[in-house]
Amino acid sequence: MNEIDHKADVVIIGGGVNGCSLAYQLAKRDMKVVLCEKGHLCSGATGRCGAGIRQQWSTRENTELAIKSIQIFERLEKELGLDIGLRQGGYLVVVHDESEMSHAKRNVDMQKALGLDVSILTPDEIGDVVPILDVKGMHAVGATFCPTDGHVDPFKTTHAYAQAAISHGAQLHKFTKVVGIKKEKNRIDSVLTDRGKISADFVVNAAGAWSKQIAEMVGVKLPNKPFRKEILVTERVKPLFDAMVISFKDGIYFSQQEEGQVLGGIPIPHEKPGYLTAPTFDFLHHMAKTLARYAPPLKHVNVIRQWTGYYDVTLDARPIIGEVEGVKGFIQCNGFSGHGFMLSPMVTKILTEYMVDRKTPRILERLNLSRFKGKKIVREISVVG
Amino acid sequence: MSDKIFICRCEDLTQEEIEQAIDEGYTTLEELKCKLRLGMGPCQGRGCLLLARRLLCQKTGKSTAEITLPPSRPPFIPVSLGTLASDKDE
Ligand SMILES: Cc1cc2nc3c(=O)[nH]c(=O)nc-3n(C[C@H](O)[C@H](O)[C@H](O)COP(=O)(O)OP(=O)(O)OC[C@H]3O[C@@H](n4cnc5c(N)ncnc54)[C@H](O)[C@@H]3O)c2cc1C
Ligand code: FES
Repeated sequence: MNEIDHKADVVIIGGGVNGCSLAYQLAKRDMKVVLCEKGHLCSGATGRCGAGIRQQWSTRENTELAIKSIQIFERLEKELGLDIGLRQGGYLVVVHDESEMSHAKRNVDMQKALGLDVSILTPDEIGDVVPILDVKGMHAVGATFCPTDGHVDPFKTTHAYAQAAISHGAQLHKFTKVVGIKKEKNRIDSVLTDRGKISADFVVNAAGAWSKQIAEMVGVKLPNKPFRKEILVTERVKPLFDAMVISFKDGIYFSQQEEGQVLGGIPIPHEKPGYLTAPTFDFLHHMAKTLARYAPPLKHVNVIRQWTGYYDVTLDARPIIGEVEGVKGFIQCNGFSGHGFMLSPMVTKILTEYMVDRKTPRILERLNLSRFKGKKIVREISVVG
Repeated sequence: MSDKIFICRCEDLTQEEIEQAIDEGYTTLEELKCKLRLGMGPCQGRGCLLLARRLLCQKTGKSTAEITLPPSRPPFIPVSLGTLASDKDE
């Protein structure tokens, strides 16, 4: 293992897509970066996720972040010179009744105003986009569709960021666990790892579902809760459909991957927060039943694997980003609540510009930890999984 | 016949590709899985993980005991969605 540097401008805790993207961007701006990951890269939610990228959200913040993030994904292969497995087959959001339709219309108006190409589909048009869907079986009265939504390969993307970060001089240390953080008065002093101490001006908490424990090391309380999420994949079959299909009401999402396998998930009824990892039969049964109802031809396809990961869930299903009041230099980049892959390009860009150029766009204020203090919380409702 | 040696038949991975990834620093089976999809095929690594572990031992000088196998994930044989969807009392 290579030696760890004991002084850095920024120490990043967590080697998922957010930590690695941030390492790349900061290193490119000549910051001295050390990233610590307790396992291997992608061992957290990043390596377990569906990696769908969607711009159809109900809150402005998420919609704006997602639109700008996809623009970054679109140029990323060229910028890094490495493959990230981007495919834009669209997202089809199933709408089940009139009340959902009125929400959908409002969302589509807001999304269009932000410049997104998105439309409302009639039941007949659903079959034109994804022929294997059973409109009656899904109880659909329509759908919304955005053709530039899609999918990115989480492993390729994270490894590409990591490789680019290293070539710009960042140090990435896998199998290196952060065990403590030292404060000096009201500012960050250093990070303690199982391989020694690193002093730093900034410490970024990008530890996914473990961010709460990291924040506790400096006495900061995060409202985040870990939730087990299950997901399955089938054998490879011939290309059947391009779009990711999701429903906010049933919580299901599924898509066909580049290699031909169908991948998807659904919430397990009555799941409680906590670090449970064992996959359940309840999930398999519930997912298979719902999927067979949505897309009957898939009944004959074999499931080959199921696994679990965690969502790092906040009260309003929006991420917590930016510097913590009262602890100078302590930066949050967590609470992604099930959509941290697709928002990562923009979130890490904003944080980079904050640390390097001291830029504070309004969105950074709106997503600060302080928003939970005695203010009204506007919840993102367009969530699945 | 080509002289390629296939280690993971499901994912079409040769000994050369795996050795190259090990040289790039992917030095555990979990990392090779993330990098190359090693062991992610329909046989779930039954055909390749032990062979890949042997390559890892040779290249890194670690003993087999030091290289843990990724957890095996259910279902342990492929099962159709239709079967999984059926209710127990049907
Ligand atoms: C089943 C499932 C499906 C999903 N589908 C989607 C999707 O379709 N689209 C989407 O955008 N998002 C999706 N997500 C969410 C997405 O995976 C996450 O929001 C995103 O990957 C978070 O990335 P991250 O880098 O912030 O955190 P992570 O990838 O969780 O990385 C955090 C890292 O921190 C490390 N760490 C923790 N504690 C320490 C410590 N003390 N010292 C050192 N390192 C430490 C962990 O080992 C981990 O590798 C899904 C998640 C799950 C579980
Ligand atoms: S041989 Fe590698 S997964 Fe089947």
